[in-house]
Amino acid sequence: MATPPGGHHPYDGAHQSQGENAQNRFNFPSAPSGQGGMQQPYQQPQSGHPYVQPQAPRIQPVQQRRRPEPAPTSGNHNPLVRPYAMTGGRTRPRYQLAIEALVSTTADPARLQGQLPEHQRICRLCFEIKSVAEISALLSIPLGVARILVADLAEAGLVAIHQPGGDESAGGQPDVTLLERVLSGLRKL
Amino acid sequence: MVAGGFGVGKTTFVGAVSEINPLRTEAVMTSASAGIDDLTHTGDKTTTTVAMDFGRITLDQDLILYLFGTPGQDRFWFMWDDLVRDAIGAVVLVDTRRLADCFPAVDYFENSGLPFVIALNGFDGHQPYTPEEVREALQIGPDTPIITTDARHRADAKSALITLVEHALMARLR
Repeated sequence: MATPPGGHHPYDGAHQSQGENAQNRFNFPSAPSGQGGMQQPYQQPQSGHPYVQPQAPRIQPVQQRRRPEPAPTSGNHNPLVRPYAMTGGRTRPRYQLAIEALVSTTADPARLQGQLPEHQRICRLCFEIKSVAEISALLSIPLGVARILVADLAEAGLVAIHQPGGDESAGGQPDVTLLERVLSGLRKL
Repeated sequence: MVAGGFGVGKTTFVGAVSEINPLRTEAVMTSASAGIDDLTHTGDKTTTTVAMDFGRITLDQDLILYLFGTPGQDRFWFMWDDLVRDAIGAVVLVDTRRLADCFPAVDYFENSGLPFVIALNGFDGHQPYTPEEVREALQIGPDTPIITTDARHRADAKSALITLVEHALMARLR
């Protein structure tokens, strides 16, 4: 939301060409030589056009909106952090983790230095195998946030994920072998 | 999955057979239809927390069974979808004094095709209706097991789970 598609450049160009337009009215022939070729497309139609002025208000608000952008970075020091601030505002993980997917880590504790505190807490918890649901419950973080953070760690190679053994041909339902193992396990309890 | 109406004993059931005290995971729901303006007036009402209790049973060195008590509120169906995807099946707990409470769960599992069993939770050992009477009342087909249970007792909960897995296995082999 913060960064407009295409980055800053088109706006800078538009802004400057507008500034130059003011000059163009007095000194049209010399203007195009001053800046790179990129600006010519913005400049030419405007300078040659009688309706230059009405465009200024449309460009100005964009300039104003860009200025507050650095604020969120400094806002990270606020101790009251909304849950999804930990995930950088993302509400969906890179891939879908089952709520009962098992997470474990064999990462060297030294590698955890420099990770986000939440990532470190998850790693420390997962030296013993835990489900995504347990991570959420034990660290008191909402399930959706836990999923994203675990997916981040998996991507960084800090945890291993064991997705539940489903049978792809049966729409993810457990296969017969798994059901038999569960049944015999329950009977032995 | 352990489903059923509010207060029917889902967490009790999970706790009776789980090796850990039931844990609670929470999902924060944001009302998708809420406009930006709503935040200024009712900032605390645009999000809802859905809690779900669960337990775990280690069956083997590399096999862990998780029991999820479904959120009681019917309107959070989408969370059920998430759970149903890889679930073995569901135990639908029923309090026969409030039979209608289990209708949404029964409807849901019938539609989703997830194997389920009906477990009549007899509070204080009371079972005012027989399983066959309940089958009639719920219009449940003959294939779905209906058992009696006491959610407070480990042996009963374990037996209900065994019935469910047997049923799920039969359904897969059919």
